[in-house]
Amino acid sequence: MKYAILVNEGPYQHQASDTAYQFCKAAIERGHEVFRAFFYHDGVHNGSRFPIPPQDDRNIGVQWSELAEAHNIDLVVCIAAAQRRGILDEGEAKRQGKDGDNIAPGFRISGLGQLIEAGIQCDRVLVFGD
Amino acid sequence: MSEPWEDEGPGEIKKFLYVNRKSPYGTIYALESLEVVLIAAAFEQDVSMVFMDDGVYQIKKGQDTQQIGMKNFSPTYRALEGYDVEKLYVEAESLAERGLSEDDLLVPVEVMSRDAIARLMDEQDVILSF
Repeated sequence: MKYAILVNEGPYQHQASDTAYQFCKAAIERGHEVFRAFFYHDGVHNGSRFPIPPQDDRNIGVQWSELAEAHNIDLVVCIAAAQRRGILDEGEAKRQGKDGDNIAPGFRISGLGQLIEAGIQCDRVLVFGD
Repeated sequence: MSEPWEDEGPGEIKKFLYVNRKSPYGTIYALESLEVVLIAAAFEQDVSMVFMDDGVYQIKKGQDTQQIGMKNFSPTYRALEGYDVEKLYVEAESLAERGLSEDDLLVPVEVMSRDAIARLMDEQDVILSF
């Protein structure tokens, strides 16, 4: 099956992103496709490359980046939610006059239409959050 | 033989249900999920919304946010009709548990039992829960 994932919570504070990641890994191992993971609400913080978790803990953002690279998953951070919370790519930082960007490798910033489009194209949409 | 989920071509219309379960203020879920519904309207899918649990407060009449410094976005629910989002359902039990009735709501809705809401969910292609 072709899956789309919606992650609505930030990393570490909430387990949603971990569970979504574990689901994606398991689905891919079973031969399914994860077409897109869309990050919304505080979920956009998963797309920052700046977190520094303790060395004996998982690095949630890096896990996503590596999984996306290995299995061609489209990681999309919602632009409206990202702007509120200060998640920026290079272009967005320039446009908004900010002095730096923080988007992690494999993530891109785009609109909510990407979530709806994924819902239309995929066989299943799974929501991870409260 | 193709799998059943491979039969649908492009340009199809799917049944999207947005489930609103959280109070309008206190967290950003309600505001941002309303943004999803408005953006999604451009995709001309078959859209329904359910308000249940504390989500019924999202469409309660007489919201006044002046003292908490938040924007009162409740008038936006009245604009949904203009986006062809006309199927609004409210769970009867959630209303009753909060001492509310249909007269307390600022938009026309269909009040449904918990069982009927469950059946409605069963008919959907995509359910996004916020």
